[in-house]
Amino acid sequence: MSTLADILTHEHRRCDDLFAQAESAVANGDLETARRDFGEFERSMNRHFDFEEQVLFPAIETAMGPGMGPVQVMRLEHDQMRALFCDMALALAAGDKQRYLGLSETLLILMQQHNMKEEHILYRLAGELLGDREQELLTRLGGQ
Amino acid sequence: MSATGLQLDQAPPLSVPLRFFLTAPLFGVLAAVLLFWHGPTGLASRWTPTMLAFTHLLTLGFLTSAMLGALLQMLPVLAGAPVARPRLVSGVVHGLLTTGTLALVTGFLAPGTGAFPVALLLLGPGLALFVGVALECLWRAPIGDSTARTMGIALVGLAITVALGIGLGVGARTGAQSSWTGVHIGWGLLGWVAMLIGGVAWQVVPMFQLTPPYPAWLRRAYAPVLFFTLLGLSAALLLAPGRLAEKFFGAAIAAALALFAGITLLRQRQRRRRLPDVTLAFWRLAMTSLLAAVLLWLAGAAEIVRGERLAFLYGVLFLLGFAASAVHGMLYKIVPFLLWLHLQRKNIRGTLPNMKELLPDRRTRPHLWVHVAAIAAAVLACLVPAPFTYLAAALLLLSFGWLEWNLLAAVRRYRRLIRAHAHVA
Repeated sequence: MSTLADILTHEHRRCDDLFAQAESAVANGDLETARRDFGEFERSMNRHFDFEEQVLFPAIETAMGPGMGPVQVMRLEHDQMRALFCDMALALAAGDKQRYLGLSETLLILMQQHNMKEEHILYRLAGELLGDREQELLTRLGGQ
Repeated sequence: MSATGLQLDQAPPLSVPLRFFLTAPLFGVLAAVLLFWHGPTGLASRWTPTMLAFTHLLTLGFLTSAMLGALLQMLPVLAGAPVARPRLVSGVVHGLLTTGTLALVTGFLAPGTGAFPVALLLLGPGLALFVGVALECLWRAPIGDSTARTMGIALVGLAITVALGIGLGVGARTGAQSSWTGVHIGWGLLGWVAMLIGGVAWQVVPMFQLTPPYPAWLRRAYAPVLFFTLLGLSAALLLAPGRLAEKFFGAAIAAALALFAGITLLRQRQRRRRLPDVTLAFWRLAMTSLLAAVLLWLAGAAEIVRGERLAFLYGVLFLLGFAASAVHGMLYKIVPFLLWLHLQRKNIRGTLPNMKELLPDRRTRPHLWVHVAAIAAAVLACLVPAPFTYLAAALLLLSFGWLEWNLLAAVRRYRRLIRAHAHVA
């Protein structure tokens, strides 16, 4: 049976694929494909963020007590990534290839070090803290 | 796993890693100037004062500085355990490492000036402090994955190298030398440098280029295999020099390094991110050089190739080709990312530059070719010092100077933005 950590990690990899697709479309100058791929990437990322922010993080905070530092930093990084999505969408709309590629380089590093922290630390911590509630969260993830 | 003490801070203060990154290339510049100054006679043997000073400027001054800066930056992200009192630790370690390296080089070049004991008194405590703090941090870490373990073992490798170096330094005055030098070099290059680059690679190669992860067996086995074969090699060098045991352990180390380099190159071929990337190019150069160094060493050990200058070639391929290239690749990603991250924290209104606007490809791309030319000239200088030493020194000067210039340009851009913002606010 897949754990919550497995599923969320798998979502990270899928988003990575979408990211790479959009980026290479931009690099090849195929802006139409790029807009479609980027749209799909952004939607997948936002879905993932929404689950974490509305379901997973509150569950961790409930289990650990409020003012939990790690969750705060994860939320901050989500916001930083959302701001980059915005800038990337603007660059794409303006057809500014160089700006998009500079932004996507920045997003990639931010996103990867964020994923690393979640996969290595937060998801494992969640698995231990949540215990029986994990099943409930999995159901909510499936229902999204 | 315990949540107590778990922190996922984004990053330590900017100055903590940056002071290491900004002074590292300056030691490369110094190494090039030294080579220029002393010319081909400095390359008469591996043990001339020039070569000892040159190699320590590269290994301690350039590589170790950059590697300590990167560790201070990566430990919180990897292990969820930030270094305690980062500003103080970084300031003290950086001060002791830079002054200690300068004193050591002075000690090699001008024996009898009293610089040598000063160097040992600065470097010993400085590096011991770093190893202690970093190991304590890894020990506290809620997570121990393959990278954290490899880093921990690399830190032990650094401690052994430093202890052996101090022993040699003290012994130099009493005349004790020989095979202990080989053991010191082995731990420094393999137990510290190649070990840490391995641990970093498990994370950053998949992360920067979206490659499949390294095979789990390699990530698990690399560090312990390298560590124990190095122990075996050390024993062989000290107890039974020139016997079969030495070649056996040497071949085992060669196999571990070749697997690491080969698998990295394969993973990079399988990358999902297919854009041209300067870090990727530097890392491919690094891995190709490591493979070349290993193959050449094997050919030398099997006596297929012979020559007293072979050891110079291993050194150039390993230090400049492999380790320095990997560090260049890392710096060109870490520094602009950190500047960007810290700009985010300043709440500056308006459009902020992204990583490529802070450090554009037009600055880093040409540097790659200068670096390649410097390595090629250094290889030629190993074989025929007379005509090529000056060319190698000039290109090394240009290459390390270029690195420093690029990093400073990005930092200047960052500072200008902060100042302009302070003006408005």
